[in-house]
Amino acid sequence: MASAPLLDVSTVLDLPAPLPLDSGQSLPGVRISYEAYGRLNAARDNAIFICHALTGDQHVVTDHPRTGKPGWWVRMVGPGKPIDTDRYYVICANVIGSCMGSTGPASLAMDGCPWAMRFPVITIRDMVRGHVALLDALGIEQLHAVVGGSMGGMQALSLAANFPERTRAALVIASTARHSAQNIAFHEVGRQAIMADPEWREGEYYAYGKGPEKGLSVARMAAHITYLSEAGLTDKFGRRLQNRAEKTFGFDADFQIESYLRHQGISFTDRFDANSYLYITRAMDYFDLAEEHGGLLANAFARSKARWCLVSFDTDWLYPTAESRLIAHALNAAGLPVSFVELSAPYGHDSFLLDVPALDKVVGGFLG
Amino acid sequence: MSAPGTTRALRPDLAVIAANVAPGASVLDVGCGDGTLMQALAQDKGCPTRGMELDPADVATCVGKGLSVIQGDADADLAFYPDGSVDYAILSQTLQTTKRPDKVLEDLLRIGRKAFVSFPNFAHWKVRTSLLWNGRMPVTKLLPVAWYETPNIHHLTVNDFRELVKQRGITVEGAWFLGEGGGERSAAAANWRAEHAVFLLSRG
Repeated sequence: MASAPLLDVSTVLDLPAPLPLDSGQSLPGVRISYEAYGRLNAARDNAIFICHALTGDQHVVTDHPRTGKPGWWVRMVGPGKPIDTDRYYVICANVIGSCMGSTGPASLAMDGCPWAMRFPVITIRDMVRGHVALLDALGIEQLHAVVGGSMGGMQALSLAANFPERTRAALVIASTARHSAQNIAFHEVGRQAIMADPEWREGEYYAYGKGPEKGLSVARMAAHITYLSEAGLTDKFGRRLQNRAEKTFGFDADFQIESYLRHQGISFTDRFDANSYLYITRAMDYFDLAEEHGGLLANAFARSKARWCLVSFDTDWLYPTAESRLIAHALNAAGLPVSFVELSAPYGHDSFLLDVPALDKVVGGFLG
Repeated sequence: MSAPGTTRALRPDLAVIAANVAPGASVLDVGCGDGTLMQALAQDKGCPTRGMELDPADVATCVGKGLSVIQGDADADLAFYPDGSVDYAILSQTLQTTKRPDKVLEDLLRIGRKAFVSFPNFAHWKVRTSLLWNGRMPVTKLLPVAWYETPNIHHLTVNDFRELVKQRGITVEGAWFLGEGGGERSAAAANWRAEHAVFLLSRG
């Protein structure tokens, strides 16, 4: 995968002009790869834009082209489901910086070589600029709603705050308006693991047929822990041993949890580009919606007229409930119609992807 | 089922509140439960409504109905609402469950230009006789939960409430006293005969 990490199985849009970035640079030759389901109505006002998470992609309900696994939100999106493709035109685009068809560090720059670390550092708002360019191209002036979980929630926040005329509603699940020191710390561990791998070669690994898979794998292992709850881990693995009756007094994966994490790490390297991981985690760390608006979160929503809904999960310690409540209070202070609920679910941060019937009810009810 | 435009089967204190909210007035329902009052006000009177509710299942139900409801606690989360953000702040059957009812009351009158407050009257004659004859904390139809698990941590009477609002210089713009079955009781006999009281308050 290291030499050809791009897959263009989705519909693509090549932006006619360079994309301006928060860094002050601009990104030329941007391609945005997206999937769309359902039908855009004549008034072009029934579109829902779904924003994906850090390692997610545009394959919301279609099988993942590399892993063959079902789309990441099949339980939420489809005919008759809470995000109903019989009623809504549902779009999801791979974020810029990623590696599933949209322009990222593994894409070829104008000189025909991969961008690698020459790729500019991007932000959540830059990703959203890409989304808005796609909406422009599709002739969609205003979304029925923008929806996202985790990093997708950050994009939903950013889109509804920075492009308030582009959406009538925003649904932000298991997310935050800023990355905390702890969030940044976990990401830094991941990045350092990648950059400490000699195969990383300062990001110029594409020509070698092999990338920093060990480093990327460790990054994924560390991050994966943050997506699960302590109780969930105990429940699923406890201290159970992996296919053995006794401890080996060695450093094999004696425990099931070790084996599970190693598997998660290794399989991740088959589908994700290490440099993309660096760039996207950086974008998340830079995210602070209040900072973009003079330090006061309520100011970020001053021009919004949207309906808002925030959902958190009681076992999510990555973006705990307090973060969502902070956003809800700021929206309230801005006088906007806002709902906020903390749902009970055992799966930690990943609850937004898993079987939580109360979430279906909230999502379906909010979208109407 | 009730005909459109008529007030649906609301709890008696909620029916009083619904009947006395001005059409089109904005409302914050603190402790909104499953959103019954908000729905009634939105549909029958065209009121823009918002709610706050502690129970996540109730919040999910409200959001499922398309209502704007924040999961929160009257003691902690009212502080985040700006001054004068709604015409009416409503607190029904919740005052006696708060940690600091007096502060919650002040918050309601800061957030709303007016406030509706309803509560069960602990001085109703049935409660009094139950306490007198049994010498135990009353468990009645109105107060159905034993002392150790009741959410009602600040029991109050109609006269207690009258005294508090007087002390704080709050204006009583209206008061309704409900007996068994929701029938109204006179103000003079309310402390004995009212099971529920509804007050409409303002800062004068």
